Amino acid sequence: MRAYLVRRLAALVPTMLLASLIVFVTVRLLPGDVIDMMIAQNDIGSKVTRDALEAALGLDKPMLTQYFNWISAILLHGDFGRSLWQQAPVSDELLARLPVTFELGVMALGVAMLVAIPIGILSAIRQDSWSDYLGRSFSILMLSIPGFWLGTIVMVFPAIWWGVSPEVRYIPFREDPLGNLWQLALPAIILGTSLSAVTMRMTRTMMLEVLRQDYIRTAWAKGQSERGVILRHALRNALIPVVTLIGLQAPILIGGAVIMEQIFVIPGMGLLLLEAVSRRDYPIITGVFLLVGVVVMLINLLVDLSYGLLDPKVRYR
Amino acid sequence: MAASSPGWLRRLFRDKKLGAIGLVIVLVFLFCGVFADWLAPFGMNQISPVNRLKPPSAQFWFGTDHLGRDMFSRVLYGARLSVIIGLSAASIATFISVTLGIVSGYFGGKVDMLVQRVVDAWMSFPELIILIAVVSVIGPGMPQIIGVLGLTFGIGGSRIIRGAVISVRENMYIHATQSMGAGTLRVLLRHILPNIMPPVLVLFSTRVGGVILVESGLSFLGLGVPPPAPTWGGMLSGAGRTYMYMAPWLALAPGLCLTAVVYGINVFGDALRDLLDPRMRGSR
Repeated sequence: MRAYLVRRLAALVPTMLLASLIVFVTVRLLPGDVIDMMIAQNDIGSKVTRDALEAALGLDKPMLTQYFNWISAILLHGDFGRSLWQQAPVSDELLARLPVTFELGVMALGVAMLVAIPIGILSAIRQDSWSDYLGRSFSILMLSIPGFWLGTIVMVFPAIWWGVSPEVRYIPFREDPLGNLWQLALPAIILGTSLSAVTMRMTRTMMLEVLRQDYIRTAWAKGQSERGVILRHALRNALIPVVTLIGLQAPILIGGAVIMEQIFVIPGMGLLLLEAVSRRDYPIITGVFLLVGVVVMLINLLVDLSYGLLDPKVRYR
Repeated sequence: MAASSPGWLRRLFRDKKLGAIGLVIVLVFLFCGVFADWLAPFGMNQISPVNRLKPPSAQFWFGTDHLGRDMFSRVLYGARLSVIIGLSAASIATFISVTLGIVSGYFGGKVDMLVQRVVDAWMSFPELIILIAVVSVIGPGMPQIIGVLGLTFGIGGSRIIRGAVISVRENMYIHATQSMGAGTLRVLLRHILPNIMPPVLVLFSTRVGGVILVESGLSFLGLGVPPPAPTWGGMLSGAGRTYMYMAPWLALAPGLCLTAVVYGINVFGDALRDLLDPRMRGSR
């Protein structure tokens, strides 16, 4: 297990370096001069000269040196640079925002599992019945409804009909845990149901496959209850690819969180990114970008490690 | 190539009723997009201050917005934008997926290793985040949105094509062609490509829906095609948002159209996958 973990972590290093290169190239090397845009868009231009700005951002150095300086500061000191506007370290800002998005993501994932797995099981054990058909139609529908539209509808119509609108001010968990959970519930439900579509289909497909296996017939034959067969024998084996899916869905989840945070004014990573984009705050943009990539990779690692818990046949070598 | 025979179309309408409905929705959507100029009763940005925020009526089917622009016309022109962006970005994406997938899958070894590590790294970023970062540098606009959507979706989709190529590569007829001295390019284009056509078509059809959805999200965030272009996502954001509480029809039409179109593409793509490439069932 330990050897496996070390090997997996070692394998992450080149992928993460590649990812950091992608971030760097995307934000720093694209056509369209960052400096020109900053001077045009912000009023920094009037206070600072072009050369000084370039020097402050380190953009006057050769490209490779820039990349090396940037990545070594992050790796050695956890230093993502400073915000162009607040002069606060970007890492502080990232650390403040990450837990909020994480909480939203975990809640959405919980909703997705609660919706997807029971419906997926039901669809599989009553294959081709009306409930199977209904469940599958629902899942494709949820896959097609854009989250930002559902969010908008949920904001607009209760306000018109009942004069209810969600709290705009964010309630931190430490101040009021229940209020915080209540505030995040709506975006989490919207995000979770749209996420549940793929999981539900995967659960259904895997359950159908597992239910045809010999050991399921054996379980029936020895007189085990339906509950026992489905939950103890079938579900546990069907769940492994479903868990893999969670790792694959992590990027989709984070992308959706950006939009939910914007609609419901939740100060997470997504809102930070959008604020930074509107102010052209490049150190923050690169910081969020890189952190998201690293988080997704770590989630996938955790998913791989969790196989051992679900499936005793899996041995890490 | 089985896909070009009309057989699959007949089977679609016989066995896959939902998929057939999807195809009809997609065709209506294409029709609206192509003929928006003829179908729209008003111009897409024709302002009429007298008719501000009018509810749906015989004259204005979907009502009007805060500038008195006819929502029905704007939704029709929005369909055109979605058609253009969806088809062109999905074409670019499919081209990139096929190129990368064939190179990686056919040559294998070190090339495959290298390409797959880049794809791994790329896929750990949400499309929306990449797009936001890119747009923040090069500014919003249609060509760059199409390009970046194509690239992002293209790299992600290359995995599916690579898998298909690997399973085709080991067939006897490929070995036969190779031993007869056919050049690499000939093997790839004449023998590998036609045999991976089913997953390529399915990939393309699902990509169109994905592209339209992500583009609308980007326009919703104000980072897509800039206003006053009538994108469905853009119509749900910006200035119109403050008026939705007075004029809820502003929130309905663009979102319903978007949902219907993406639903149509999804169910059609699903049916297409079942008909053309049963092995891909359940993967997504």
